Amino acid sequence: MTFILRRLAALIGVLIASSFLVFSAMYAAPGSPENFLVQGRTVSPEVLEAIRAQYSLDDPFLVRFWNWLTNVLHGDFGRSLANQQDVGDLLAARLPTTLMLVTLAALIIIVLGVGLGILAGTRGGIVDKIILLGSNLGFAVPTFFAALILMSIFSVGLGWFPVFGSGDGFIDRVWHLTLPAFALALPSSAVVARITRTSIREERDSEHSVMARARGVAERLVMRRHVIRNSMLPVSTIVGVHIAGLIAGSFVVEYAFTLDGIGTLLVHAVQRKDFAVVQAIAIVLVAAFGIINLLVDLFYASIDPRVKVETNR
Amino acid sequence: MKQFAERMGTLGLIACGVIAVVVLGALFAPLIAPYDPTIGSVTQRYQGMSFEHLFGTDQAGRDIFSRLLWGARSSLTGPLIVVAVTAVFGTLIALTAVWWGGIVDSFLSRVLDLLFAFPNLLLAMLAIAVFGPSLTTAALALSVAYIPYSARVVRSMAMRERNLPYIRSPELQGIPGIVITARHLLPNVAPLIVTGATINFGFAMIELAALSFLGLGVQPPAADWGLMVSSGQQSLLNGYPAESVLAGLSIVITVAAFGYVGERLGGRAAAGRKA
Repeated sequence: MTFILRRLAALIGVLIASSFLVFSAMYAAPGSPENFLVQGRTVSPEVLEAIRAQYSLDDPFLVRFWNWLTNVLHGDFGRSLANQQDVGDLLAARLPTTLMLVTLAALIIIVLGVGLGILAGTRGGIVDKIILLGSNLGFAVPTFFAALILMSIFSVGLGWFPVFGSGDGFIDRVWHLTLPAFALALPSSAVVARITRTSIREERDSEHSVMARARGVAERLVMRRHVIRNSMLPVSTIVGVHIAGLIAGSFVVEYAFTLDGIGTLLVHAVQRKDFAVVQAIAIVLVAAFGIINLLVDLFYASIDPRVKVETNR
Repeated sequence: MKQFAERMGTLGLIACGVIAVVVLGALFAPLIAPYDPTIGSVTQRYQGMSFEHLFGTDQAGRDIFSRLLWGARSSLTGPLIVVAVTAVFGTLIALTAVWWGGIVDSFLSRVLDLLFAFPNLLLAMLAIAVFGPSLTTAALALSVAYIPYSARVVRSMAMRERNLPYIRSPELQGIPGIVITARHLLPNVAPLIVTGATINFGFAMIELAALSFLGLGVQPPAADWGLMVSSGQQSLLNGYPAESVLAGLSIVITVAAFGYVGERLGGRAAAGRKA
């Protein structure tokens, strides 16, 4: 219990510090904050007044940060500087696509990455060689390149999947997001497959497996009960780390497939220099990243009690 | 040299060869490239492969082979900046933390934890939103994102060395910490730094190419592999795959080569420790 509380406190501390970093980043830009936020757009005096109020530019620096942070904690992310839309609404409208994309990709990593790793680790021979080569090359394929190749083969060439867009309704959405999810999951699946294979190889030669074999336990049972089960321990952390990493990878894939997710919103906001939207997305993603990482750590501690003792740093 | 070849194995030597070809191509691009990478002619659009245009031409009639060669320059300098800055600052932070320990160590660890809270690309995009898109901004921001990885690895190894006699005894003799760190500690963690930099090089190349693909890194009309994948996207979907595919493959092959060499070096560093 104290372990969970301590990790939670650490996460909150990091979130406060990183929100300060996100907030104060705009003061590092050359020129006055006002000019930076407006970025040469022609704005009416009322809008300029609204922007000044949104960032409470008439108050001292720390008061500005405090006002901004309390607003964010109340779910008020302010208004877009480019088109005055409510940033919270923009985010909410785009959240489902991103969530679904990341979930699908996570499933692919678990099924494909761990599955192929187990296959390579237990089979050996030509299967092992092919999977090993594939995983050595797979991690080197940038997600955006995988996206384009998949798109040109399966959407344009064969016509099995739609080229762009995110679709409506659950089934249609899954259909639209399948290729993007594969593109997003490819590099991580390669890494996970390789680590699973190594882990299985190590476990296969461990003393308890050798002992089980010596007792005359059938090889299939040794594999299932002793080798695979124990080798999943390190694999589960790697999978967790990679699922958290999908958050950043999703920007690129969403943009390549022009999906209406948070990633595309962020890329467009950076291109248009709409800093209010950039800040909001950065805060939300850092929080999501931190929470996923925390959950992974807690999960790992729950399946392996030794971790609690070791991570008391 | 023979020892190096043995460590690398056949595949490793091939990977080294690939890296050498890419680096030489980038260095001598002005001499080798038959055409100007940014000037094309409308009458020469979408030419196929020929002796005149080795890999054909793109939608603006520019020679793809020349663009790949010139693109190797920005595609290599970006990651080079990242690994150089990361190695210098990561090592500096790690060794400072290890030498002083205590409150300095825990303060620096907190700062690294803060940087760890940001996904790499997100930190880079935040910096680009503030300072505007360019290769330099992208590379420096990514370096900041990579520093905690490098610092953490170097710190944990240096921590083990810290209490060994070859560090303790000069300390007792009153030799200044900075001298001991530079003369004894640094050379012993150096192989680890080199391995880390080699492996990070590949990751940095992918992430910088992704930023260029998003229009936030290298700006057109300059030639860059990530940018070429992006600008060839429409041509690819229209049935002219050369530009995107060749640029993408250049990235894949180079990254795979760096990854493989890095792994082999990692084995070397680990073996060196046990001996």
